[in-house]
Amino acid sequence: MSCWETIQAYAFRSLGYGERLLPKEGFDLCQQFTLIGSGLIWNIYFGTLALFFGFFLANAVALAKASRHAVLRKPAEWYIFLFRGSPLFIQFFLAYELLVLLPKAGIEIFGLHIETSWTTRAWAGALLTLFLNTAAYSAEIFYGALKTIPRGDLEAADAYGLSGWAKFRRIEWPTMLRLGWPAYTNEAIFLFHATTLVYFSGFPAFAQKGDALYYANYFADKTFNPFVPYPIVAFYFVLLTLAVTGLYGVVNRYLNRHLPSNQRQRIRLRPNLIR
Amino acid sequence: MFEYCNDPRALEGLQWLSCYLTTATHFSFYWSFVTVLLLLLVTAPLALAFGFAGAASARSHFLPLSWLGRIYIAGVRGVPDIVFFLFFVIALDQGLEWFKHLFVCEDLSQPVWSNGEFRVCPAAKVPLGNASPFMVTAYSFALAVTTFAIVFGAFAANVLYGAMNAVPRAQLETAEAYGMSQSQVFRRVLVPQMWIYALPGLSNLWIILIKSTPLLFLLGIKDAVYWARELGSAKTSGNNPYPHGDWRLFYFLALLVFYLMATRLSEIGLGKITRRLSRGQATRSGEEMRKAGGQA
Amino acid sequence: MKKLVLATALMAFGAAAQAQDAIKIATEGAYEPYNYIDQATGALVGFEVDLAAEICARAALSCEVIQNEWDSIIPNLQSGNYDAIMAGMSITEERQKVITFSENYTPPSKSAYMAASPEANIGDGAVIAAQVSTIQAGYIAEQAGVTLLEFASPDETVAAVKNGEADAVFADLDYLVPIAGDSGGELVMLNNDVALGGGIGIGLRQSDTELKAKLDGAIQSMKADGSLNALIEKYFGPEAEKF
Repeated sequence: MSCWETIQAYAFRSLGYGERLLPKEGFDLCQQFTLIGSGLIWNIYFGTLALFFGFFLANAVALAKASRHAVLRKPAEWYIFLFRGSPLFIQFFLAYELLVLLPKAGIEIFGLHIETSWTTRAWAGALLTLFLNTAAYSAEIFYGALKTIPRGDLEAADAYGLSGWAKFRRIEWPTMLRLGWPAYTNEAIFLFHATTLVYFSGFPAFAQKGDALYYANYFADKTFNPFVPYPIVAFYFVLLTLAVTGLYGVVNRYLNRHLPSNQRQRIRLRPNLIR
Repeated sequence: MFEYCNDPRALEGLQWLSCYLTTATHFSFYWSFVTVLLLLLVTAPLALAFGFAGAASARSHFLPLSWLGRIYIAGVRGVPDIVFFLFFVIALDQGLEWFKHLFVCEDLSQPVWSNGEFRVCPAAKVPLGNASPFMVTAYSFALAVTTFAIVFGAFAANVLYGAMNAVPRAQLETAEAYGMSQSQVFRRVLVPQMWIYALPGLSNLWIILIKSTPLLFLLGIKDAVYWARELGSAKTSGNNPYPHGDWRLFYFLALLVFYLMATRLSEIGLGKITRRLSRGQATRSGEEMRKAGGQA
Repeated sequence: MKKLVLATALMAFGAAAQAQDAIKIATEGAYEPYNYIDQATGALVGFEVDLAAEICARAALSCEVIQNEWDSIIPNLQSGNYDAIMAGMSITEERQKVITFSENYTPPSKSAYMAASPEANIGDGAVIAAQVSTIQAGYIAEQAGVTLLEFASPDETVAAVKNGEADAVFADLDYLVPIAGDSGGELVMLNNDVALGGGIGIGLRQSDTELKAKLDGAIQSMKADGSLNALIEKYFGPEAEKF
């Protein structure tokens, strides 16, 4: 099999297209790069969607935590504490245990029939867990940013007669994003890293459709040589990290566009590795 | 443990539970929490040392050294730590033995790697083939600590690098004006002042380090997660004195409580350290403390 | 501190008792009844631990059985961290490309299906659970029309059948039978056993031909005098396949 044929057969194997059976022999670099790269699609899927939905929840939770009302503040504090204080793999485990408890036949609510069997599949269940997890981390970042908005900005807003929603939308929220963005970039990078845990210790792989680490594990198991597949995963992730950094850098420049160049915040990567 | 535990199959209820929870395997489980804490206490300073070396070399004026520092920081940080752990320990082990092999083995004519096998003379094995189980455990523990320290060192280096750049330039320039040499400025002015800028990042890193200890089982250490899986998995009645179903849920809930507590206590402790370090510093909180009369 | 002193004392002893050839044998310690952790004492026990002791006695080797995680069990053998693997490892072509095996010490092992009801579908359209990177997972992946559901640990595969995630679980017969027996009828064995692999053997480095000869000799003598069959019967019951 030439390398081009391998790519045709396995480039979308992780989604269920192409060759049904995983390679049984050869295990050359082309096969490993193709199949592990195919698995990376899932890492990108989990990372992108969890970040996208997580962003909205994070904003809401950050505001709730900054609220004066204990009814809003307490639940937000507990939610953030629970998800930031425990390792992600325990969260995966508990999420799976809870999701399989849902009745298989579906639930009847107000005459509506809701299917539940899909929730235990990784694409839904693991995404939900990652979404809740990243929302908690991001909420803490945004909350911290909200607390450090310069007083001068707020006073200026008052002076312009802005108040309530208008003040929030035009002053507080953009400033919060601007201040929190460097830390949020790190959160994004480490969320992508965390997606490798999905099949490794969380959810079952369905019909051998898995992420980059799943296929790397497959090759390590077939060739008994961990020194090729895992560095390939590492290589892909370095690229992914660079791409995420670049993309968030663009947004960062947009958020800082009104500032004189010497006051702009540069993205300094700060750690937020395993959760 | 207790007298009545000799025949567990005859027991019921609380008595059964008291025997079950005091088996030797459960004590290993309880001990594994101490192992985890021990690893944390050893790894943290070591990772800080790696981080310090990485940050200092990234700042170096000597270009190759600076690149080395930057590649270390960027390379390790770009990769999910779990991937790193999956091959790094074996690589480290082989690397050590290869290095020792160059010095202690008499016959260096045979290739070390051949046909997928790694072969050094018996004298170059680490630990030696006749080492006691204690030494073997200590060695695998040391390997795990080193691996953790290298990974977290890269993150610490990143934090420290940022902190070194955050120390106001005026402070360094003043020191230079007083006639201090480069290394004196580094030791006497930069390093003492950078900690307060590094602390938020390092606190975050410490909490992340706590939560990454479940990856220990990948490094061949029997940690709390290993025992939770082992003890919680279903035990059939044939060979086991205490048969039970799949109890992993309960064990994982216990782990959850442990990690939540460890995080919470760390947050409280780190908050205290932050307040202490802020004293007399040229930052906002340092300024606030000065105004409040130096009470910290 | 006491432990440390004791350890150094033991080390001194160990050095004195080097006359016999000493080898280390790795096992997984998570595969009842082949090799597992004794629930009460925490010691490594099981069929393979007993067998290792007997084989070593016959081959005049001094053996130590140690525990190693399954995923890295072959790389660590290659790396020279121990000399042999006895961890319920079936002899397969794939593995023979990188390591060598002693003569098999169990007959080709049977794999079986276990399901929640005797009529469970295991053919077209079925979802079958198996543990990731086992020969059973490889077998299910090749069955047309069957969807493989892979879990990290064997417990999860059984749980998947109980909670309806999978129609059946496919694993070693010896592993499933006690579970079905304990379940009180909730789980049943389906009678479609499949023989996979070439029996279980001791995994060795390809260059260790001398050690392989010694171990083969010991296994042959155990087969000849019936002591191996007795040991199989002790751990796997009277119905188990014997030599």
